[in-house]
Amino acid sequence: MSYVLAIDQGTTSTRCILFDRRATVVSVVRAEHPQSYPRPGWVEHDAARIWRDVRRLMVKALRAAEVEPAQVAAIGIASQRETTVLWDRATGVPVAPAIVWQDTRVDASTIDPDLLKSRTGLPPATYFSALKIQWLLNHTPGLRERAERGEVLFGTMDSWLIWNLTGGRHLTDVTNASRTMLMNLSDLEWDPDLLRTFRIPRAMLPEIRSSSEVYGTAETVLPGVPIAAAIGDQQAALFGQTCFEPGEAKCTYGTGGFLLMNTGTTPVRSSHGLITTVGYRIGSERPVYALEGSIAIAGSLVQWVRDGLGLIGTASEIETLAGTVRDNGGCYIVPAFSGLFAPYWHSEARGVIVGLTSYITKGHLARAVLEATGWQTRDVVDAMNADSGLALTALNVDGGMTADNLLMQIVADFLQVPVVRPMVAETVSLGAAYAAGLAVDYWSDLRDLRANRHRAGSWKPALDSGRRATEYADWRRAVECAVLFSRP
Amino acid sequence: MSHVPGMIQSIERSSAVLRLLAADPDRLRVKEVADALGLPKSTAHSILRTLEHVGFVEQDPRTARYRIGRGLLDLGTAGIDANELRGRALNWADTLAARSGEEVRLGVLRDGLVLVVHHVFRPDDSAQDLDTGVRLPAHATALGKVLLAYSATAAAPAGGLDAYTRRTVTAREPLAVELAAIRARGWGLSAEEWRPGLAGIAAPVRTSGGLVVGAIGIAGPVERLTDTRRQARPALVEQVVAAARSISREVQS
Repeated sequence: MSYVLAIDQGTTSTRCILFDRRATVVSVVRAEHPQSYPRPGWVEHDAARIWRDVRRLMVKALRAAEVEPAQVAAIGIASQRETTVLWDRATGVPVAPAIVWQDTRVDASTIDPDLLKSRTGLPPATYFSALKIQWLLNHTPGLRERAERGEVLFGTMDSWLIWNLTGGRHLTDVTNASRTMLMNLSDLEWDPDLLRTFRIPRAMLPEIRSSSEVYGTAETVLPGVPIAAAIGDQQAALFGQTCFEPGEAKCTYGTGGFLLMNTGTTPVRSSHGLITTVGYRIGSERPVYALEGSIAIAGSLVQWVRDGLGLIGTASEIETLAGTVRDNGGCYIVPAFSGLFAPYWHSEARGVIVGLTSYITKGHLARAVLEATGWQTRDVVDAMNADSGLALTALNVDGGMTADNLLMQIVADFLQVPVVRPMVAETVSLGAAYAAGLAVDYWSDLRDLRANRHRAGSWKPALDSGRRATEYADWRRAVECAVLFSRP
Repeated sequence: MSHVPGMIQSIERSSAVLRLLAADPDRLRVKEVADALGLPKSTAHSILRTLEHVGFVEQDPRTARYRIGRGLLDLGTAGIDANELRGRALNWADTLAARSGEEVRLGVLRDGLVLVVHHVFRPDDSAQDLDTGVRLPAHATALGKVLLAYSATAAAPAGGLDAYTRRTVTAREPLAVELAAIRARGWGLSAEEWRPGLAGIAAPVRTSGGLVVGAIGIAGPVERLTDTRRQARPALVEQVVAAARSISREVQS
């Protein structure tokens, strides 16, 4: 028996999961790493600590399943995106703490949005790596000179782990590179104009490869095992959900939600403020692009009801509470805690609860909380359909909130398409395993991967269309209230 | 403190801790509890931690102070919210379906019936509908018989023992014998007792102290779940029992 090992290097934790040929989880091990907040708005990770975690977890995952290194056909890496690591080429030691994607120390307002959008598909935002690299080069004495001489290297987490595992190969994949604000979406190479704009030396950047190919073999931990995939975590979930056809989409529901839709082999430029990104690229095949939209507040609204309002004791109880009423009683919650994102883009908007009467109970509020996630999903899906000219026919879901059956039914009702939960919940790791397995012929092709996919549950739309239209109109009016309430 | 033979001292002390917390409008520190009851600080701490584990007290994560927990306020309810139970069971139920190749249900006892709180499709991609929210007869299903076996009073389910097939157990005494057998081996089987051709294997989900709060089981064609002598296939029993044990651990953590 042989297996594929997936590393999912996430924002708060790292997991290593061993999969077998049928894509069943053979072992899972996990470790959290500390988040460091040295100043308001700053978020940092210790990259050396993360590498130590990965080493330890790889060994542990094999031991838990009593698997020998020789039985591992390939290693695939999914990782948090945009987080920026700079390290010394000679010693392999990070020159500064890694700046995490959530970190807002940089200023994105000076970037020319049209240039950025046309070259990279990204809107100017603090998430993406280029400004973080620039910040480190500007604020660390002598670093820029060393970077120009090629003594200091940049990488996202995938690059950092590949460098360490292979004993010094400096690579990244197209999906991770597409989140740096430095890669040109049409030729998938570093864009010289953008490098000049951000004053980033070419010598510090990794080589851009596909998401699924043998980059090299491990020199350490599991010597000789091919490292055969690197892919950003949300793209990995798209791949793990086997969304291989244009129009297929997945949404991961956690504290927020990430919706990605496969748009095929030509990039679709959004006119609704969605992100154009690379979905995946298998070896020398043509890259597959995706549109990405995010729901800023989903599970975090439930957490607020739990911790901020104290209406429930655990997050799951939101469903129980919402189940005490038949509908929202006319109440709507727009959770614009830090503004409204796609497709509205009002950063000054603030959250509102509207439609209150003495009839409203906490049950109605709970219902409105779940419906807010449903409507935000609908807003992003509508924008994607309009941009891509495709029509979503089903939404594949994963993430912790898929345990909430009422929420899943609401999403199906509001989108008017079936919502499907796959049998393997660990879609990020599975996507990395699939990409790695394809590169070493552990799985033969995409059809082979599709055959592993099984539905664990599905929810069919059941709301009548007249009612849905009225409710949607009310939601849009509630959104207008959130905008109206903002300070100019 | 007086100690009456036959009484359990730690329960007396726990009760005193609860009364103390209930009487005080503010949250209390470990030391305050220890001083008020004349207990060593380590003893008070162990009691508070245990009571927190069972949900009878809560600790404020910021101040480390304790107060009465929600679990004590709704003692009359089942011990765990049904939707919380589903959340804890999700990954293990998926794994059980993937390994066994059968559909999986998680049930709780409500008014003498099994309420299905989670349903995972059989992994064959045939058309299937979610059963969540459906109520099943307790005495005729594996899930229900397991739940009845571990409930103190519900061994006589409400609404009588209707016959669904000629194999449904409809008399009290044979049912009691079977429930005792389930308690002895830790899992239950129903073979064509609800629907002809269908069988189920189920095992209990327990929270701390052994309290059964639900049951998880597989259901499928009788020839796949049982052998020619209508005995449950041991490999499947092992998978169901392992899943129930994992979910129990998850519920207790």
